[in-house]
Amino acid sequence: MGELAAFIILSALTLIPAVVVVTSGNVVRAAMSLIPSFLGVTGLFVLLGAEFVAGIQILIYAGAIAVLILFVIMLTEGGTGLAIRQLNEQRLPGIVVAGALTAGFVVLVVRTAWPLAAGALPASNVTAIGTAFLTDFILAFEISSLVLLVSLVGALVIARKEL
Amino acid sequence: MAVGLTHYLVVAALLFGLGLYGILTRRNAVAILMGIELMLNATNINLVAFNRYVAPAAVAGHVFALVVITLAACEAAVGLALVMAAYRTLETIHVDEINLMKW
Repeated sequence: MGELAAFIILSALTLIPAVVVVTSGNVVRAAMSLIPSFLGVTGLFVLLGAEFVAGIQILIYAGAIAVLILFVIMLTEGGTGLAIRQLNEQRLPGIVVAGALTAGFVVLVVRTAWPLAAGALPASNVTAIGTAFLTDFILAFEISSLVLLVSLVGALVIARKEL
Repeated sequence: MAVGLTHYLVVAALLFGLGLYGILTRRNAVAILMGIELMLNATNINLVAFNRYVAPAAVAGHVFALVVITLAACEAAVGLALVMAAYRTLETIHVDEINLMKW
């Protein structure tokens, strides 16, 4: 019962700010609404027993990415004024396409018989995640660190003043 | 009524749909990136929920969620650098006004 209540509250905390993110005419308000949405997702991770992913989610999403987005909004002030129309003319097609895809997903998810496995979660899986990263998933680990380095250099080069 | 896998997948599908709607209807490139972040969050919920309910003893879902978070940070940094470059050269960040390659 408590789990269901927590799930409903966290889902509302995720989805209601997400609606503000995609519909608000004020870009700063949309960017600020990202933060409660990310925190709601963090709560869902904790509910799913993924404490380490939840911590990284707070650090990277609610911390770094939200601040990065707010900084870029500040630096590109010519495009974010309140008088500027923020939505294009594709509102109706957008609703139709996104609604149809979401309805399709929901029908698919509800009708599929998932191969559920019972079993208790380990008390702490941080050690297991670290071991898995350095043994079974070493290639993904190395490639993602390479991508991180390349995108760091690339972002610096692209955003530099004179090319 | 216990919370099951389907609940999480439905929430993730709704979040994904909201992000897609934002990408389709926004003019501002920064707001489009916000929609992409919402969609990536939806995939992360899916990965962790499958890990919890299909293979509770494994950590593959957590590992992939962490990789997705890393790549989302890369994508945000490069995307926002591109927005800055576009703003500096074209003086607009509205994607319907950036049509240099359209004829």
